[in-house]
Amino acid sequence: MLRYLTQKLITLALLLFLVSITVFSVLFVLPGDPAQIILGVNATPESLATLRADLGLDKSFMGQYGDWVAHLLTGQSQPSIHYKMPVSELILSRLTVTGPMALLAMLFAVAISLPFGIYAARNQNRPGDVTVMFFTQLGLATPEFWFGILLILLFSVQLGWFSAGGFPGWRVDFWGSLRALLLPAFALGVIRASILTRLTRSSMLEVLGEDYVRTARAKGLTERTVVYVHALRNALIPVLTIMGLQLGQLLAGAIIIENVYFLPGLGRLVFSAIGQRDLPVVRDIVLFMAAAVMLVNFVVDLAYAFVDPRIKLK
Amino acid sequence: MKRFFRNKNFTCGFILSTLVVGVAAASLIWTPYDGNKMNARDRLQGPSWTHPLGTDQYGRDSLSRVMTGAMNSIIVGLVTVAIGLTIGVALGLASAYYGRFLDEAIMRFSDLLFGFPAVLTAILITSILGPSMVNAMLAIGIFYIPVFARLTRAVAGVVWEKEFIAAARVSGISEWSITWRHVVPNILSPLIIQGTIQFAVAILAEAGLSYLGLGTQPPHASWGRMLNEAQTFMSASPWLAIFPGLAIAWAVLGINLLGDGLRDTLDPRMVRIR
Repeated sequence: MLRYLTQKLITLALLLFLVSITVFSVLFVLPGDPAQIILGVNATPESLATLRADLGLDKSFMGQYGDWVAHLLTGQSQPSIHYKMPVSELILSRLTVTGPMALLAMLFAVAISLPFGIYAARNQNRPGDVTVMFFTQLGLATPEFWFGILLILLFSVQLGWFSAGGFPGWRVDFWGSLRALLLPAFALGVIRASILTRLTRSSMLEVLGEDYVRTARAKGLTERTVVYVHALRNALIPVLTIMGLQLGQLLAGAIIIENVYFLPGLGRLVFSAIGQRDLPVVRDIVLFMAAAVMLVNFVVDLAYAFVDPRIKLK
Repeated sequence: MKRFFRNKNFTCGFILSTLVVGVAAASLIWTPYDGNKMNARDRLQGPSWTHPLGTDQYGRDSLSRVMTGAMNSIIVGLVTVAIGLTIGVALGLASAYYGRFLDEAIMRFSDLLFGFPAVLTAILITSILGPSMVNAMLAIGIFYIPVFARLTRAVAGVVWEKEFIAAARVSGISEWSITWRHVVPNILSPLIIQGTIQFAVAILAEAGLSYLGLGTQPPHASWGRMLNEAQTFMSASPWLAIFPGLAIAWAVLGINLLGDGLRDTLDPRMVRIR
């Protein structure tokens, strides 16, 4: 167990190191001079040179990379060029929007997919199953940002139940903030639920055909116990993997939906930072997102061992 | 051909996608109006006989733009899958044949690429190269290289172990022509199935990038871009936000069903539990 953990952690660290080098090189060749963008087109060459020196942009590739890593390792990230505050603080404050939205989206996804997936599996090839599968096909084909737009059309424009976007802030208006996250989280959740429903169904079908399920039935257990205790627990293993992947992706990939709903989340921050050539923000967030995806996968690996004692961590 | 059409998914998918291809092809020869021509008098008109899908904020005919958008999406799907297939299959074949170092290098490279958040990386790539349809296709296509490389490696590795390959070797055929004449034909079905899936994913991805303003640039019509512009006028002209999205869902649904049907018929080894 301990050996497994250290091995995994070392691989994680190595991958993160590779990601950091890649991100840095990519941003190094990104056209557009941050100093020029800050000072505007009328800046004198001297002031440009001073600002570049201030930002450390005059150093060599290795020098700048060293600066960045040194900052990261000491735990104090470099300041954002645009917001004039440490990027770590920026990330934390934006995470209070993206994090709850991602969790809420997963909650919607699980609440929809588990019941429908189990129902479809137990009624295989009957009309109910066909209907559920039809809707999952629709969900797979619908772009989530368009679904988000449709939700705005229905619930904000037509019914007026929600505002069409924006975020009041948790301290200002807690319930208002929660309301602001409901529609985007629902849009993200429903689209993810279509994959999870299909997966739950096929996984459930596989497990329901196993010998131990027949044994459980033969032993006279109620159908309820067989399905929800014996079968479901085993069927959930592959579903859990994908859920983990999805949660990681949600933390990293909610860029488009945050743009649809004008939410001040991580995705919008990095999107505007790329436009403003706010390089410290961009590289820290990319690294953070990559780390988040890897970490969630790692936790899912560990969670396996708890859900399924047969799996030994090697 | 008959055995394909016995599959319901394939038939539905075939009909839906043929319609999209048909509309796209028709748009090359004829659209009701010039989709890029602005007409201040007809701004933001609702669906009517003269403009079945209404007009946008510049008075451009939405139906004509949705039609040209179909061509746009098909090109994106074709080019991105072509990028992934050509480079990915070559890498995967090499990796399955030479093994060891090359194999390890390619697999670790794809691990690295998968470690990046996909949307974010695509945004970065389009910012570096400049926003345009070609660069959006590159940004999506790059992610397809490891997808096809891994798949090719997995299936080609199995084929290389087969007895008929050994037989071909004994009969003195060069390794190169064994690859072409015996290995490649045997891995075609999974590649075709994966190709259709990625085609659909590309349409969704390009729509997303264009929605953010990083894909197809105005005045050219693309479904994602149309949705972006529609959002501003949504409360007064909801039809602008509905039809381009319907077109995306239609096309992706068709291709997904086609892919499912192909998998059912081409891959009989797959247990039919779905």
